[in-house]
Amino acid sequence: MADLILEMKNITKEFPGVKALDNVNLKVERGEIHALVGENGAGKSTLMNVLSGTYPFGSYTGDIVYNGKVCQFKTLHDSETEGIVIIHQELALIPELSIGENMFLGNERKGRLGIDWDRTYHEAETHMKQVGLKEEATTLIKDIGTGKQQLVEIAKALSKQVKLLILDEPTSSLNEEDARMLLDLLLQFKKEGMTSIIISHKLNEIAYVADKITVIRDGATIETIDNSDRNINEERIIQGMVGRELSDRYPSREHKISDRIGMEVKNWTVHHPLYTEKKVVDGVSFNVHRGEIVGFSGLQGAGRTELAMSIFGRSYGTDISGEVLIDGVPKTLKTAREAIEAGLAYVTEDRKGNGLILTESIAKNITMSRLEKVCSKGIIDVDKENAVAEDYREKLRTKTPSVQQNVGNLSGGNQQKVLLSKWMFADPEVLILDEPTRGIDVGAKYEIYCIMNDLVAQGKSVVMISSEMPELLGMCDRIYVMNEGKMIAEMPAAEATQEKIMAAILQSDK
Amino acid sequence: MKTKAFIKKYTMVIALCVVFILFAVLTGGRLLYPQNLSNLLLQNAYVLVMACGMLLCILTGGNIDLSVGSTVCLIGAIAAQLLAMGMNSILVILLCLVLSVIIGVWQGFWIGNIHIPPFICTLAGMFLFRGLGRAILGSKTIAINNKTFLNIFASYINVPGLDGGEKKWSAFVVGIIIAVLLLVNTARSRAQKAKKGYKQIPAASEFGKIIAIDVLLLYYTWKLTNYKGIPVMALWVLAVVLIYAFITSKTAFGRYFYAVGGNEKATRLSGINTERVYFLAYTSMSLLAGLSGLLMAARIGSVNGDTGNSFEMDAIGSCFIGGASAYGGSGTVPGIMVGAILLGVINQGMSIIGLDNNWQYVVKGAVLLVAVIFDVVSNHKTGKAG
Ligand SMILES: Nc1ncnc2c1ncn2[C@@H]1O[C@H](COP(=O)(O)OP(=O)(O)OP(=O)(O)O)[C@@H](O)[C@H]1O
Ligand SMILES: [Mg+2]
Repeated sequence: MADLILEMKNITKEFPGVKALDNVNLKVERGEIHALVGENGAGKSTLMNVLSGTYPFGSYTGDIVYNGKVCQFKTLHDSETEGIVIIHQELALIPELSIGENMFLGNERKGRLGIDWDRTYHEAETHMKQVGLKEEATTLIKDIGTGKQQLVEIAKALSKQVKLLILDEPTSSLNEEDARMLLDLLLQFKKEGMTSIIISHKLNEIAYVADKITVIRDGATIETIDNSDRNINEERIIQGMVGRELSDRYPSREHKISDRIGMEVKNWTVHHPLYTEKKVVDGVSFNVHRGEIVGFSGLQGAGRTELAMSIFGRSYGTDISGEVLIDGVPKTLKTAREAIEAGLAYVTEDRKGNGLILTESIAKNITMSRLEKVCSKGIIDVDKENAVAEDYREKLRTKTPSVQQNVGNLSGGNQQKVLLSKWMFADPEVLILDEPTRGIDVGAKYEIYCIMNDLVAQGKSVVMISSEMPELLGMCDRIYVMNEGKMIAEMPAAEATQEKIMAAILQSDK
Repeated sequence: MKTKAFIKKYTMVIALCVVFILFAVLTGGRLLYPQNLSNLLLQNAYVLVMACGMLLCILTGGNIDLSVGSTVCLIGAIAAQLLAMGMNSILVILLCLVLSVIIGVWQGFWIGNIHIPPFICTLAGMFLFRGLGRAILGSKTIAINNKTFLNIFASYINVPGLDGGEKKWSAFVVGIIIAVLLLVNTARSRAQKAKKGYKQIPAASEFGKIIAIDVLLLYYTWKLTNYKGIPVMALWVLAVVLIYAFITSKTAFGRYFYAVGGNEKATRLSGINTERVYFLAYTSMSLLAGLSGLLMAARIGSVNGDTGNSFEMDAIGSCFIGGASAYGGSGTVPGIMVGAILLGVINQGMSIIGLDNNWQYVVKGAVLLVAVIFDVVSNHKTGKAG
């Protein structure tokens, strides 16, 4: 008999109009790393929220058996006292507070009079050492990259005496190096006896780290695959997830690149909005032809997002200089509106912060950047708006009961699809995609790649910023590499390899 | 499940009915006298008007305008002084409205373009305009005797031939016409939707709603028929309410207020000029406050240094009672109208009963708190992201 730390039995959870979980079963053995995989909206996050008490006992049916006894968690705090800690899909750190303060938020180290800061920072540093985070505990969260922030989350979990660690897509916003480091950390914790549950759409990671893989589809458990010998075939997982075989990861496309340049940027320099002497983007030049997909590779903090946002109507930075030509015509794009009108669209990587209005419906979000297209004389034609939204829902296979659903109620991946719909509706000539497949399942990724191919087939230009090198190699015609605000390399995708890109980055660091 | 959803959707309407019936009973039916029902509207005209403007401010993110009570006083004072000096009444009205827009531009500029927190900026305005108003009045009460001015805002509609006798039939005729138009319009839009094959709300619920509104309308206009007829002020209120209801529900421009309240950054990155949204919210608010100043001055027939005192609270209260979110991004004109009328009924009912003024405050405060608690709690239960 296996030593189960956790058994979830017949969990059913309904939201108004959606049955998110339907009799789900999950068994996790002590000391293993258990992966949860499934398409967007399959119910993975919901299941973990049930486990952690985010959705309190009573709002779902079924039993949670933890360490042999039935638990009824009413709050996050209840589950944390039992040693279950969840790290959510979206990081929950407060940018303006220090690493130490964040780690002990709600769990303060108290002295006789208020907080014992010495102890706080001392303990913070011990846990930071455990996760290999080399920073001062007094550094503010906003001053460190996402990779390190993720480590802070884990250190925070350690400070809570975690026994069962749940990570909901921990690597989705990390580059490969940081992601690998995090996974190795999990393996090390495993040796020390900790149990983890990890949700991820990156199947290579799952194959690398997981002992068992449970597949969830449409709110039901499909199967649990054993991977203790670490030689599972990724195709095998995909088959379980989507219920069919997916032969190619990247759709093929005829490369019909026009001579006409869709967008050209010359000598673009951007200064940091607060520390104005710091150059975030430094003399960058690049171009993208019509009918071409151009990729931007680089490490976190290379300045790719900043470059894109500053071009898109100066939405980031100060003291911006340089030239933008769209279709050969020089443009001064001073506001987002001007950029949109010039045929530019920027799909943000931060969909909750910069992209979507979570409290509004899918339909309203989609039409927002080009509301005039469903208006006549300033009056919104709601029927037309809904028809448009319905159209995109079908095209991108967004999983939702209706386009009137609030975006906040969608799963992460489906929110991403709404964001894409929004900018496709703006009908741009040049589409800049910033981490477009973050948090998206394999099937949906394929669909997004198809959409990109469609766009370039129509003679549009696509710029893709991505931290996933295989995706850049698989999709792009040309790849630019950035590091620390500078453009350091440019290569045709046909000649590029992951090693070449990494080598370029390392060289420029010297 | 169905009744639950119904109750949730129409909570405030139901609350309004309950409160109305309660006061009708408590006042021994006096609340239902034609005169009292007519006054209900007149006494709350300023709340209804200002709540519309306040809604736009609140939509942008729970921002309120504290200065509107003082603006009422300032504009009322200017109107009273100018009329006393013998200026043409139409000119006075236009001038006052232009001045209110200038006040709005002043506040909108600081809030929208310079990013001064609205709370502070309008708090400053509250002192500034009140002080200016009092200075203009010279600490006196100034009466308004200009007939045209009073007629424009505070008379009753009188159609020769119809309204000669005891009963002012024009009111009821208008009621019937509007009731029929509402019905016909609903039927027509349903027919159109059916033709295009769009989804429909079930006929029973849509017509049920319209018929309920029609019945109330006929009842109310019948009461007005029995007391002086349709007050001109009702037309002003109706115009404002209809315009704002239209803007917020049907236009792109109105949509932007909701968007800014929902996620300002995302809205800006969608190419919408968020500074302008703030600017216009506060400009429109002051314009409506100025209009309310004129309505008030005409209704009372005089202006003094305390005119418009704490009006901002009534306007803000109506919005929150009527379901506007204190975080911005949600709220509708019909909703806040219900909120305003609810407050009005409570005010009027308590006055008729003769409840002490102090206790009236207590009751109003309690109602506001309960309404907002209810809103917050019920939204959390459905898991609405906030
Ligand atoms: N608060 C809510 N209200 C209504 N529906 C919800 C709510 N939260 C989640 N859902 C629905 O429940 C389903 C499961 O969502 P969940 O977030 O668990 O998916 P997921 O497997 O984590 O997907 P992803 O990989 O995209 O993160 C989805 O269809 C989603 O739309
Ligand atoms: Mg999820």
